Amino acid sequence: MSYVGWILITGSLVGILCGTIGCFLILRKMAMLADAISHTVLLGIVAAYLISQSMQGIYMLIGACLVGLLTAFFIQLLDSSGVQADAAIGVVFTFLFAVGIILISLYARNVHLDVQHVLMGEIAFVPWDTWEWNGYSMGPKAVWMLGTVLIINLILITLFYKEIKISSFDPQMAIALGIPVTFIHYLLMGMVSVTAVASFDSVGAILVVAMLIAPGATAYLLTDRLSTMLILSAVIGVLSSILGYYAAAYWNVSIAGCMATAAGLLFGLAFLFSPKHGLVARMLAMRKIKINPPA
Amino acid sequence: MWTQLVTILSDPNTQWVLSGTILLGIASGVLGSFALLRKQSLIGDAMAHAALPGICLAFLLTSSKSIAWLLLGALLTSLIGSYCIQIIVRFSRIKQDTALGLVLSVFFGIGIVLLTYIAQSGAGNQSGLNTFIFGQAASLVGQDVRIISGVALVLLFITSLLFKEFKLITFDPEFAQGLGLPVRFLSGLLMLLIVAAVVVGLQAVGVVLMAAMLITPAISARYWTDNLAKMIVIAGGIGALSSVSGVILSTLAKGLATGPLIIVCATVIFLFSLFLAPQRGLVSKLIRHYRVKQSIAKSRGQLAAGWEEHKGVEL
Repeated sequence: MSYVGWILITGSLVGILCGTIGCFLILRKMAMLADAISHTVLLGIVAAYLISQSMQGIYMLIGACLVGLLTAFFIQLLDSSGVQADAAIGVVFTFLFAVGIILISLYARNVHLDVQHVLMGEIAFVPWDTWEWNGYSMGPKAVWMLGTVLIINLILITLFYKEIKISSFDPQMAIALGIPVTFIHYLLMGMVSVTAVASFDSVGAILVVAMLIAPGATAYLLTDRLSTMLILSAVIGVLSSILGYYAAAYWNVSIAGCMATAAGLLFGLAFLFSPKHGLVARMLAMRKIKINPPA
Repeated sequence: MWTQLVTILSDPNTQWVLSGTILLGIASGVLGSFALLRKQSLIGDAMAHAALPGICLAFLLTSSKSIAWLLLGALLTSLIGSYCIQIIVRFSRIKQDTALGLVLSVFFGIGIVLLTYIAQSGAGNQSGLNTFIFGQAASLVGQDVRIISGVALVLLFITSLLFKEFKLITFDPEFAQGLGLPVRFLSGLLMLLIVAAVVVGLQAVGVVLMAAMLITPAISARYWTDNLAKMIVIAGGIGALSSVSGVILSTLAKGLATGPLIIVCATVIFLFSLFLAPQRGLVSKLIRHYRVKQSIAKSRGQLAAGWEEHKGVEL
């Protein structure tokens, strides 16, 4: 497999992974919670490094997952003790992120964990960081990690599809039906944390938010069916990655940044030209009403 | 301990940093209170991220690192960002939080693209631009502090001048409209002030943590009073206090970042307020709850006793 091939595969995996999870975040109005978690994952990674003294993927995943769940839990806690919802998110994630940065500047100065890398990711280095097994090169570590998380996420989504769907669209009914709404909430938050940390190496903490939200939001403007939305969102995620990579290669700029920009552009197109929910379609519909007012 | 503190405070460099961050803390605390009450706390976060492309563009166009141009660029793209959020929410079925996250991350992505473009085009040393991402309060120099202080003072002045109007559009925009106040203009102006506070703070605490400077002091102040005028004074005070303690703590060890420490101090103050504030704090709520329970138990006991006493009485 060529260098470019691995990058495209990594980007596409990030696109599919973030795209599918992102749909639920948008439907449940938890986009900013995802933003919070993708920031606090930093603390999880630093803590995992400090405790285990190694940069192995599995420790990072566990640490990130724990801190991600903790973030969701703290926000919930503040929320239920009467703090305004948006302020609760803001207080919790900035605090945990600040602690993460302080820990880095105190202890982890001379490791690979520089903050720049953490925020922006470096997908260009992914193909060189390969996994050796019995002397064979098995391809980049990041691809294995993303692949594993993708399979876990897909299994969880198919297992709990009905439950997630009902609790996303109608939480009251979900409670009435006896669906464990809280469990589903934390399940999703756990999936978001794991997704964030797996995508971390490639796209960094803040741009993973773009990959989480933009494809889902674009798909949301294009369809009214959840199953279609999930597939569309994954496709748009992959498309943003590929477009982003080639734009970045052409102008010789940050790949992750270009992926986020491409995702934003695709959203802009859907916002304007979506057949049903787009701005143009809406305006045409308005004009039709003005010309032939309904009786 | 005391002499150590005096030596820290007599260092001229620390004095510069302190005066800049204190004014910044006050201004963001005051404006953050309005943002909080208007349920726009996280907009500050989005604005801070959306400032990055503006900083890069200003650098590309003027090829100078003059702080005034960079801040102007930042202000411009932040305002475009806030406009985009409003447009997306108004003209599509995307909700506010999704629009926020979308604008925040996509603008930041564009910023990163521009940053790498500057780095490889050899247009000059862009290392100064990186400081905006994490902030470098410790390296603030006279020029930066003068601009931060100047902007902060102007923001505070405008806020005090229009306090009554801002109060009205925050709590009852319909009534303000009815009185004939230019509500849309005033909301726009308030938003501009908030964005300006965010933008001048970038250099000190950075893109990611600037949101906390707006949110944390304001939400802490909310626990101590129900009066807006008192709230903004307290929030400004908490902002200043966290700045001072953050700056002093960061001088204790080498390599400690000032911005994150300021945020941690503010969060500690928030937790203190959350638990121990006299009326709304969790502890005083618990005590009140316990007292009510006690008095209910007491009257129940009296009732039961009365019932026993009159059991045999024919009515």
